[in-house]
Amino acid sequence: MLLIDCPYCGQRPEIEFAYGGEAHLARPPDPSALSDEQWAEYLYMRSNPKGRHAERWRHVHGCGRFFNAVRDTVSDFFVTTYKVGAARPDAAAMPKAAE
Amino acid sequence: MQTFSAFSLIRRAFGGHAGWQPQWRAPEPKAAYDAVIIGGGGHGLGTAYYLASEHGIRNIAVLERGWIGGGNTGRNTTIIRSNYLFDESAALYDHAVKLWEGLSRELNYNVMYSPRGVMMLAHTVHDEQVFKRHVHANRANGVDNEWLTPQQAKEFCPPLNISPQLRYPVLGAALQRRGGTARHDAVAWGYARAADALGVDIIQNCEVTAIRRGFDGAVEAVETTRGTIRTKKIGVVTAGHTSVVMAMAGLRVPLESFPLQALVSEPVKPVFPCVVMSNTVHAYISQSDKGELVIGAGTDAFVSYSQRGGLHVPAHTLDAICELFPMFRRMRMLRNWGGIVDTTPDRSPIIARTPVPGLYVNCGWGTGGFKATPGSAHVFAWTMARDEPHRINAPFTLERFRDGKLIDEAAAAAVAH
Repeated sequence: MLLIDCPYCGQRPEIEFAYGGEAHLARPPDPSALSDEQWAEYLYMRSNPKGRHAERWRHVHGCGRFFNAVRDTVSDFFVTTYKVGAARPDAAAMPKAAE
Repeated sequence: MQTFSAFSLIRRAFGGHAGWQPQWRAPEPKAAYDAVIIGGGGHGLGTAYYLASEHGIRNIAVLERGWIGGGNTGRNTTIIRSNYLFDESAALYDHAVKLWEGLSRELNYNVMYSPRGVMMLAHTVHDEQVFKRHVHANRANGVDNEWLTPQQAKEFCPPLNISPQLRYPVLGAALQRRGGTARHDAVAWGYARAADALGVDIIQNCEVTAIRRGFDGAVEAVETTRGTIRTKKIGVVTAGHTSVVMAMAGLRVPLESFPLQALVSEPVKPVFPCVVMSNTVHAYISQSDKGELVIGAGTDAFVSYSQRGGLHVPAHTLDAICELFPMFRRMRMLRNWGGIVDTTPDRSPIIARTPVPGLYVNCGWGTGGFKATPGSAHVFAWTMARDEPHRINAPFTLERFRDGKLIDEAAAAAVAH
């Protein structure tokens, strides 16, 4: 089981959290102005990278708050967690997984 | 190709089984092929086989990063069934079941297809209503499925606990008698051997690193760890890594990859006659011919390529198994592993042309692709050979997400995703 560092509560076991999908996908302000391709892109297309992934988590069995994380999808190592509203951290400046 | 028969087995037995040849060659990649399949699992090898046997395209390479059948083909729980809700899915999966029925004979290779029956348990009123709807929809589509009372379910599978004292008591079950299991490795090996005999080059330890496109946008070559291979047709059949491979051609796909776990117990005598699946308490179980209980657990909630997954996921499944089958409470588990499954938003596959000329994709099988192996390979070979979909896979396009024509098996599938 993973340990996840909630920005509000500190490190807690994975089962206290719910995964919230890819982060930084902003709902388009005017959906009716989009083409079908653009709307499908927002709804369904995901980056699904093999490597660093910015994603949302929610500490459902703790503070209940959403936050964002960058995790390596090969090792599941959490590179960093940060509060909603903060920009995605610079990937190059972040630590590598301790193998 | 040396054919297998009772006579050939007996004859070789007298020679100490010394005269068997390798079942497929280990060729060096050629500079160019008429078609290249990326991914040497069951679906990819099957595609090469049907391209060669039904469409006369024999100058084909199957490129496999590791060893054939070493990905999800070797990691699944080998369940075969076709009791899907929607017409499109029923047609696709039942096409596969019909091919399973004759596959050992067609390939001259025993894939050990065993239609021992797949029983799906209902634990709530909602389950009961949904499964009965499935039974009716399946029958209307010519797919066998029947409703069993708890007592009938117990008769069909004696280890099942139907006590009303269970936390989630069994209220009934849907049974597809033509469903069952097959030997997953044999499927990869059988297709590989038959395709090789028709001239297909199966190239293992060959990772694709780039897809090269010409000025007109069409594919013209793949770069691999064993050199450049020119081709006008590329079929991507790479399961959990589809997003990675499609990105090489500059395409984004509506997929997310999750680890799906499975585990096997120590081998015991035959004790379990069928396949049992339960959506609500999330467990599925059968017994292999080696005697191991083969148990399917769930996916982790988050995108990952780790092929491991968290221990609490199979632990949760084992809770359910012990409740439903109390006689397994003291069984020991031998191995536990994960495979990376590529899930689409509607939990139906994509078997289609792509916006890139010459590039075809067969992906999105999610947690249940093994059952479809022959059918998937068969219609995908058609699509690649003719540059148009077979009528069965015509609805399973990439564009359905843009057009809103989803085939939404997410709620209809037997297991929670």
